[in-house]
Amino acid sequence: MMSSWLHIMIFIPFLFAIAVPYIYKQLTPRIHTGWFVLFIPLVIFAYLLTYIPNISEGNTFTETVPWIPAYDINFITYMDGLSLILGLLISGIGTLVILYSIFYLSKHREALNNFYVYLLIFMGAMLGLVFSDNIFVLYVFWETTSISSFLLIAYWYEREKSRYGAQKSMLITIFGGLAMLAGFILLSMITDTYSIREMIRNSTDISSHSLFIPGMILILIGAFTKSAQFPFSIWLPDAMEAPTPISAYLHSATMVKAGIYLVARMTPIFGGAAEWFWLVTGVGLITLLYGSVNAVRQTDLKALLAYSTISQLGLIMSLLGLGSASLYYGVGTDSSVYAMAIFAAIFHLVNHSTFKGCLFMVVGIIDHETGTRDIRRLGGLMHLMPISFTLTVIGSFAMAGLPPFNGFLSKEMFFTAVLNVSTMSVFNAETFGMAIPIIAWIASVFTFIYSMILVFKTFRGKNKSEKLGRVVHEAPIGMLISPLVLGSLVIIIFFFPNVLSQYLLKPALYAVLPTLADTGELKVKISAWHGWNTELYMTFGVIGLGTLLYIYLKKWYRIYYLYPDNFTLNSMYNLGLEKMESISKFITERYMTGFIRDYLVYIFSFIILVVGGAMWFFDGFSFDPSKDAPANFFEAGLMTAMIITAITVLFSKNRLTSIAAVGALGFLVSFFFVLFRAPDLALTQLVVETVTTALFLLCFYHLPELRKEISRIQFKAVNAVISIGVGAVVTLVALSANGNRLFESISSFYENSYELAGAKNIVNSILVDFRGIDTMLEILVLCIAGIGVYTLIKVRPPGRDGNEEAK
Amino acid sequence: MKKPNDVIIRSVTKVAVVIIFTFAINLFISGHHFPGGGFIGGLVFASGLILMFLTFDIETVRNNIPVDFKVVAAVGVLIAVLTGVGGMVLDAPFLSQSFGYFELPIFGKTELATAVIFDVGVALAVIGTSMTIIMNIGDDR
Repeated sequence: MMSSWLHIMIFIPFLFAIAVPYIYKQLTPRIHTGWFVLFIPLVIFAYLLTYIPNISEGNTFTETVPWIPAYDINFITYMDGLSLILGLLISGIGTLVILYSIFYLSKHREALNNFYVYLLIFMGAMLGLVFSDNIFVLYVFWETTSISSFLLIAYWYEREKSRYGAQKSMLITIFGGLAMLAGFILLSMITDTYSIREMIRNSTDISSHSLFIPGMILILIGAFTKSAQFPFSIWLPDAMEAPTPISAYLHSATMVKAGIYLVARMTPIFGGAAEWFWLVTGVGLITLLYGSVNAVRQTDLKALLAYSTISQLGLIMSLLGLGSASLYYGVGTDSSVYAMAIFAAIFHLVNHSTFKGCLFMVVGIIDHETGTRDIRRLGGLMHLMPISFTLTVIGSFAMAGLPPFNGFLSKEMFFTAVLNVSTMSVFNAETFGMAIPIIAWIASVFTFIYSMILVFKTFRGKNKSEKLGRVVHEAPIGMLISPLVLGSLVIIIFFFPNVLSQYLLKPALYAVLPTLADTGELKVKISAWHGWNTELYMTFGVIGLGTLLYIYLKKWYRIYYLYPDNFTLNSMYNLGLEKMESISKFITERYMTGFIRDYLVYIFSFIILVVGGAMWFFDGFSFDPSKDAPANFFEAGLMTAMIITAITVLFSKNRLTSIAAVGALGFLVSFFFVLFRAPDLALTQLVVETVTTALFLLCFYHLPELRKEISRIQFKAVNAVISIGVGAVVTLVALSANGNRLFESISSFYENSYELAGAKNIVNSILVDFRGIDTMLEILVLCIAGIGVYTLIKVRPPGRDGNEEAK
Repeated sequence: MKKPNDVIIRSVTKVAVVIIFTFAINLFISGHHFPGGGFIGGLVFASGLILMFLTFDIETVRNNIPVDFKVVAAVGVLIAVLTGVGGMVLDAPFLSQSFGYFELPIFGKTELATAVIFDVGVALAVIGTSMTIIMNIGDDR
């Protein structure tokens, strides 16, 4: 079944997720379940590492496992530089996060089985997402990440805020996912394929298609919601209610990168169009500014990091947008200038994962050791937690873009990219383009400020440990290993960026810009010292202004309070949710009246309108009585009897009489089957009628007396109109169906049932043999209906089983 | 609901139920060649049980036939699905049925069809579901 190891690697987390509860049950609380889960991402990471030499030579790998071949939906794994980088981040940081969580989550108190099951599902879904080539498979994995992250955020589900945050993230990301699905469908309509590689190959002539822009916008909505871009970013801060390992994993390293990944993946298809350039760049820059400005005002360390993540994701997104200009120019020096922006985006993606993962873990340590994440209550931790302090310095300075940390390199490249684009002569860049470097610079100043807040407000200043009510000390070594690894990566990447560039970043860049890969023109060399140029002066400006603003933070901090709370996106979201609930409640109450009569009126009116309307509209009423056989004595008699019983039902005042009459009607129908020599049908009809009549009689006991007051004239008139309408429509449809024999009857197909199925009873052989799957599903439906009745009657809230008492 | 003075119906039921059950089994077995089959057989069987419910108290019947009909229904569906899967194991498409003629000790040359096993599933599902519904509605007080 499995055709490649990569497929197995994607499925291992899912398979192991099934085993986790058993391991948990057997070994808790002796051994932490995390130790067993740890080896999974480690194995995947090691396996992916073996691809590096091959990928860095420009090779790609494709493997296919058929899934729904009839619809051309197959699980195709496709590995190139871009998916490899993300795969390494998912499995690598996954390993570190699981190691960290072993020390972070208590094996005595926490429901670790849930935690690791969700985490593994999430990990598998992320791997599937980055390695699938088929857009629908990608979508399935995409939504799986949304659902598993919902479960992870709501891990402490007894807290109301956790549930709120989980619901918010799910509503927003799944909304985006559905938009993306619509976009994918449009895209597949344009390109006539479901494979991303095929789309890229056919991408030259799709930009003129009328569905190009709608498809692009829908796909971008998906990417923006997932990557928490403005204005969809509001879910990310609330998602911080999750345990810190989850925040570190989902909201810094992986899930939020899915949107970035998607934009990068789609760049060869949409890139080069002005709309794509401005949407991606614009939204990215706004998010960058919005996130960094808002991060400064946060008092919760995790909220601060959440907003900083939003802003950094905006930065990466805007770089992808800026770099897409390269596709407009095709191949040439102009093109490679802008292509560097894509390179910077991928570089910063890696850097961000390292320093933000490290920072989240350190914040988790602070939370764990001091019991609070509130900046106002923290301070003076430098001497108490020296290792955490060092790690925070490394992470924050990298985030602020200072040497000697990797964030400096990618931030300088970001400045280069914005400066290059502001001089560009297409896409109206000469007018709006000037704003791009200014926004980037302002956002960087704020980034610098919040990075400093993170370090100095927490670790310097007066020790307020008396307020914390516990003795603060450094975290256990096990908890420090993961952030130490990430922190050292931050420094290693700064000193040896070209190794990373050679083996991972360049293949990824070529994956995003395949046209460039063929020419091999791009010379990428990252150097910490790039001369006395504008970028460096911009950095000096950031440091200067940022330091000033940080020192005088108290003086201007009030500006934040000038902005009214009612206009924030969050309050709009809350208001929208509230309004939606009340409106839907209002509408539901209008039609869910609780009277069966009303529901029947809706159903029957609908039938009259749709069936009758369709028949009328398509001129379908036609019947030809000339070919009908004349009715003989028995048939006429039965007809008369049926009409009489039907009228009896109509006018009976007693429920027992009505039920008996309905039963009699059913038995009379079975006589018709006897007349027309269909013993099977007659038997079935007889038995069904018997059983349902018995059922009616059983229900009868519980029903209230027939009431007299339902005799208002308009009430009766509506009933009469609707029943006559339904009767007329059904009769006409039946007559027309008999008159319209467009195709030959299929009954001849079953004539050789004896040879094929050894059955002389055609009906039975159809049921169990020719159309066995129908029967199977029918009895399944029957069973489900039975269980439904059972639950309706037996499983109900206490205190409400008083129908009899009420009467 | 139950009247104490129903000697006649009790006596008749005791005989009639046996006849109904026999008829149900006959219907089921003959289903492959003559009118009948799992659905009808199951329903007739269920109607026999209903007759018992109507005559005797539900509790009495439940004590004498201690079967959870929800399980019966589930087993029925399971049997039907598994016969389908059985075809797949023998490398045939899902739900393919087959039949053959065998020499059996008492019956002589007899046709045996896998479709009958499928039909057993259908019958059990029908009995289980209808009884679940009827017993719960009838028992709800």
